[in-house]
Amino acid sequence: MATQAVPQGLPALRLPKWRTTLSNALIITRREVRDSFRDWRIITPIIILTFGFPFVAQFLAGKFLGFVSDYGAQIVGERTIPFLLMIVGFFPISISLVIALETFVGEKERRSLEPLLSTPLTNTELYIGKTLAAMIPPLAASIGGMLVYLFSLLTSDLGWRPPLALVVQIMLLTVVQALVMVTGAVVVSSQTTSTRAANLLASFIIIPMTLLIQAESAIMFLAPDAESPNGISSLWAIIVGMIVVTILLLRVGNAVFNREELLGRTIDEFNIKSIFRNIGRWIRAVDDKGSPARNLIHWYREGVFPAVRRLGPAAWITIGVFILTFLGGITVGQLPQWQMHLPQGVLMTDAAGFIKPLLSVPTQSGAWMAIVGQNGGILLAAFILSLFTFGTAALILTPAVYFILGYLFTQVVAAGYNPAFMLAAILTHGIVEIPVIVLAAAAALRMGAIVTKPPKGLTVGAAWSMTLGDTIKIALGLVIPGLILAGFIEAFITPQVVVKVLGG
Amino acid sequence: MIEAHELTKIFDGFEAVKNVSLIIPPGSVLAVLGPNGAGKTTTVRMLTSILEPTSGWAKIDGHSVLTEPELVRAKVGVLTEQHGLYERMKAIEYLDFFGRIYHMSATERKARSLQLMERFDLTFALDKRLGDYSKGMKQKLALVRAMLHNPPVLLLDEPTSAMDPLSAKQVRDAIVELQRDEQRTFLITTHNLLEAQSLANEIAIIRSGRIIAQGSMDELAREFVGEPVMELRVAGVMNGLAKDISDMVTVTETGRDWLRYSVAEPQVTNPALLRKIAGLGVDVVTLSPITRSLEDIYLQVVKEDEGGKNDDQR
Repeated sequence: MATQAVPQGLPALRLPKWRTTLSNALIITRREVRDSFRDWRIITPIIILTFGFPFVAQFLAGKFLGFVSDYGAQIVGERTIPFLLMIVGFFPISISLVIALETFVGEKERRSLEPLLSTPLTNTELYIGKTLAAMIPPLAASIGGMLVYLFSLLTSDLGWRPPLALVVQIMLLTVVQALVMVTGAVVVSSQTTSTRAANLLASFIIIPMTLLIQAESAIMFLAPDAESPNGISSLWAIIVGMIVVTILLLRVGNAVFNREELLGRTIDEFNIKSIFRNIGRWIRAVDDKGSPARNLIHWYREGVFPAVRRLGPAAWITIGVFILTFLGGITVGQLPQWQMHLPQGVLMTDAAGFIKPLLSVPTQSGAWMAIVGQNGGILLAAFILSLFTFGTAALILTPAVYFILGYLFTQVVAAGYNPAFMLAAILTHGIVEIPVIVLAAAAALRMGAIVTKPPKGLTVGAAWSMTLGDTIKIALGLVIPGLILAGFIEAFITPQVVVKVLGG
Repeated sequence: MIEAHELTKIFDGFEAVKNVSLIIPPGSVLAVLGPNGAGKTTTVRMLTSILEPTSGWAKIDGHSVLTEPELVRAKVGVLTEQHGLYERMKAIEYLDFFGRIYHMSATERKARSLQLMERFDLTFALDKRLGDYSKGMKQKLALVRAMLHNPPVLLLDEPTSAMDPLSAKQVRDAIVELQRDEQRTFLITTHNLLEAQSLANEIAIIRSGRIIAQGSMDELAREFVGEPVMELRVAGVMNGLAKDISDMVTVTETGRDWLRYSVAEPQVTNPALLRKIAGLGVDVVTLSPITRSLEDIYLQVVKEDEGGKNDDQR
């Protein structure tokens, strides 16, 4: 076959790395956007929502404002105007979810993904290219629709004009909502093999997003600073929160959007037996091949302690947050407006007198069970919530008690009491309890965060199963025995020590 | 050149590919044969750096699939099991899109697209939406896409499936020309044994993720169906000829005016044999090899592998 000289393979582009990445990503984006605009199912709603709906919204706003003004509730009508601006923006971006699901899982379904994966494009380039492609048409429609609405508002005879900061806030909210939906859709679509399954799972995105829109609407109507020239403070907080969620979802998306994940998964099977078998295997495992422990000592030595070592940065972050929270409690406790002003000179003897009658075996046994149940419940809740919050719940729920302790410590010292009794009340059992809570919180943090960056060479599913195995190992081997022991000390020994320190 | 050493891929405890080792020199064609689910596509995906091997390594044109995946993918042209075209695009747009990914200039993209489309008789459909293409046309276009950036290595997963005989011949001719004239390296997976036999320098048979036989057609035939068999036809009747030549070859069958024999090195033995027969005053009408088809070899390899497995199980 006659061939002419063309380059074999990929010639190096003389561009900075980020520009090469962006340039390659935009090749994908351009194709996908062009493809989207060829699909009447996408283009028709975009045109209607951009150029038709804003006028309908404007017309309704005018009518509504006139109606409520007749009853002296003009403020309700005025606050409907920015609300409708938000809705005008939200409707088109909801299409981004459909496009994102279509461009990822749809391409998988049509088997057109593999030729693309066989090209020299990196995972990041593919991910950025497809994410931008899912965002650009709906976002352009959304901003276009909002501009049309604002234009019709400014040219209307309505006297009320939304503050500029509020308009900026609504535009920003629209952008971050689109980002959250698209990045969420990437995660969903990478874990499914059919558009049908992806659409079903997309309810995990659309339902929270709808609730958020309702919350934002309520804030716009009810916020005391609704007319502030600096915008509504709680909406700024939502924007910041959504940016954090977007960053976390981008990390998860980048981790799950890899060739192995996309091609390795062939069916959406939910095999609960296999899941439990797999997790059970990692609980018993003493190495990364899943070899089971020979006996309990072997399990502790080669299974549990290495799992603790693998907590690594999660443990240090947890310790850091605990210390900061305790110091935060101390700091707040010193602020005059937050001080409790404890009664001076009576607390010590009163406390000793209060504790002594409770020191009986039945009462203390009940307390022991209650303490273990309470601590265990909080740690379990932190663990479960961590799974849905990329681990952040572990760093919010568990350190709360240290904030309170720091605060109380300051109040006791400020009231002139010897803090020794408080140290006795905390440290006697805290020697066991604090490390156990740190371990549990760190394990929960690692468990939630593992999906954002699975170790190299592992799929998200494999990394998640192995980490869950590690977490349960730590829970069974150290946390539960530790909580039982700490609870026993707290119920039976700590009160005796405290009474002694109090001089009772 | 393709070099693979003990490539293994495990999916959730299932060994899809086990210790596959290959060396395909430049300008060679390796045909990988095997039933569905044998691990052919997984092997191709590992060689394309789409899937990371669980263990083992491979190099494509000197680049490691483990550490230089982008360079590996730049050096290979891949025809995937499913053609995977974007049905709303026109052929020319589709090829332009892939050409951009390979950083080809606009002129190169256009020239190369036109040249390949012409080579495969698709010029008439350049401006047609791919959704309107027939199955065979789609397959050919997917092949054009794989060849677009002129890669030194081509990995073709069932290149002629779904094609009519004429199109399949065009593809086979293209492979032969690229191999012969441009020293391109090919790995072809196929179920078409005739195609494998006609194209490949080497054949590998893969089953349950393992390569159970590998070599040239002759080597495989010798190993699995025995030494080459020749058929000798003489003028008149045999008159004890079989006995006379039994010191030189192993006679396996005889008829009134013919016999068949197996021989280890026909190129050495046959001339001497013919001289001897002439000396005996027997006139030779024909001497021809009995061809052993790849199908015979394949079936024998699979049979032996099954026997081996049963022995292992016992």
